[in-house]
Amino acid sequence: MTAPTLAPPTDLSPRVRSLSPEDFATPSGREEEWRFIPSGAFAQFMAPIVGAGYVTASGAGVSVVPIGELTSSWLPIDRPSAVARAHVSHAIVLEVPADHESTEPIHLKLQGTSSIAYEHVEIRFGRFSKATVIIEQPGESAICGSIVVTVGDGATATVVNVSDGQRTLESLLTWHADIGRDAHFNGTQVSLGGSRLRVLPSVSYLGTGGNAQLLGVFLADEGQFMEHRLFVDHDRPNCTSNVVYKGALSGEKSHTVWVGDVLVRREATGIDTYEINRNLLLTDGARADSVPNLELETGDVASAGHASATGRFDDDQLFYLQARGIDEETARQLVVRGFFADIVSRIPDAQWQADIMGRIGARLGVPVEIGGDDE
Amino acid sequence: MSQLVITDLHASVITDAGEREILRGVTLTLDSGRTHAIMGPNGSGKSTLAYVIAGHPKYVVTSGSITLDGQDVLAMSVDERAKAGLFLAMQYPVEVPGVSVSNFLRTSVTAVRGEAPKLRTWVKDMKTSMAELQMDPAFAERSVNEGFSGGEKKRHEILQLGLLAPKFAILDETDSGLDVDALRIVSEGVNRYREATDGGVLLITHYTRILRYIHPDVVHVFVGGRIVETGGPELADVLEAEGYDRYVAASA
Repeated sequence: MTAPTLAPPTDLSPRVRSLSPEDFATPSGREEEWRFIPSGAFAQFMAPIVGAGYVTASGAGVSVVPIGELTSSWLPIDRPSAVARAHVSHAIVLEVPADHESTEPIHLKLQGTSSIAYEHVEIRFGRFSKATVIIEQPGESAICGSIVVTVGDGATATVVNVSDGQRTLESLLTWHADIGRDAHFNGTQVSLGGSRLRVLPSVSYLGTGGNAQLLGVFLADEGQFMEHRLFVDHDRPNCTSNVVYKGALSGEKSHTVWVGDVLVRREATGIDTYEINRNLLLTDGARADSVPNLELETGDVASAGHASATGRFDDDQLFYLQARGIDEETARQLVVRGFFADIVSRIPDAQWQADIMGRIGARLGVPVEIGGDDE
Repeated sequence: MSQLVITDLHASVITDAGEREILRGVTLTLDSGRTHAIMGPNGSGKSTLAYVIAGHPKYVVTSGSITLDGQDVLAMSVDERAKAGLFLAMQYPVEVPGVSVSNFLRTSVTAVRGEAPKLRTWVKDMKTSMAELQMDPAFAERSVNEGFSGGEKKRHEILQLGLLAPKFAILDETDSGLDVDALRIVSEGVNRYREATDGGVLLITHYTRILRYIHPDVVHVFVGGRIVETGGPELADVLEAEGYDRYVAASA
């Protein structure tokens, strides 16, 4: 029995956290967390799937261990993540040793052992380490699972998660980062593939002075559904968070949802938080939902803000470029490319910047590159 | 030797409430190597004239013509006008996030010249031009106009003027919001363009201040959507002393 508290009820906390799928009711679709989900979507992940495989990876410093050997204290946040955690047989573990500074990014190319696979990835950045990890989600398996990141005190950690699977796949991914004292975490989500994709990034802090950059780019075209639902849990003083997600939509029935929940708890004084979602509608027939939520339990913060904007091409931007001799088609490409490059250029590796901009360009049907002057 | 001819130009702005006429019969001939100042009070339509010449989609030309060396400018798209040799330095240059200045300039110069500049000379040209305008070389890697101060935006406009070397430059209140130092640097940039290309300049301004640095051959007074008086440089001095009141009263 816990003592009753006098705190007023809040929208964003407490959230149920449990290893047991039974602790989460099967959603009816009317819940706040599920209200944007198309009817029938992700239903397969609400109960154990017979014959589901697991997600594996190889590479230096990567180990694939039986799930029973994991000692992590992370708890699932909803029914699908609890089902996946309860039934995944193996976990991928990557340890970046303390004080280790890696100049080359660590590439985690994931693969499912079956056409449907449960996933569990744990990445631990040791104290004062500095590294970039690029996760490439399986291209040929529907997946359900979690990425759990721990950023040690004073570490600088970048994790880029690329979801670019086949267009028939339905995938659901939770990824959480615990950020140590004075540590920096850049978590970038790149969402391109799949028929339906739901990604739930979240962060919380293990000490004061932690900094979180949650960045994302997504591109949905005809018939594609993508939801990004973020949760920044400011539970320590003097931490910062900055959320920037940018999406582009084209084609009939392309649908994206962005929900940014930021909770500033009573004890989180002196924090600085900002979140923004921008969506670019490239054609008619697209729908973008955007819901920034900021909940403050203390007024004693350095700064707290949020913004959301969804629109078509900015006529003045196009006019400006065209008035410099650039034809309309090229001007549009420059604007879209710039829209995404703004985020992608923050990935601290030029090759991966080029790789991701290349994929975005291929999806848009235009050549897209970063920079342009190669001398 | 080129010529920009504007004849009895009428144009309206398209708003949610419908069309509203702003230009009411503008007639003006600008030759290479000449600088015309267009001076007028706020709301006289002088900036609209600049936008209509450049082809902004917010405005519709209801009658009259604009020709560049006999070619129909009004039949050209916005980018075709730039390629034909018209340049508009904007009063409020637009931010384009994620597009670097260097990439933007190279794309623009390639489009206007019809071929990509040689990389080696291009980098040198850009650096020289930036140095002349006292712009930090780091600007080349920043996003177009994003986070630029008012003065930086105007220098960036004049940087483009120098690199694109158009036949005619329309400078829309390039002097507004500049301190004396920035005004001098920007004006010197315009004068370098005039000397290097023998281009024509249409200098739209509210104040006479910039005319101390860029000397006009002709001064037009613009009120109520048309030119109401034309004279030599001395007309600017009269305006400086007397203001626009006399013209506004006559036009009303």
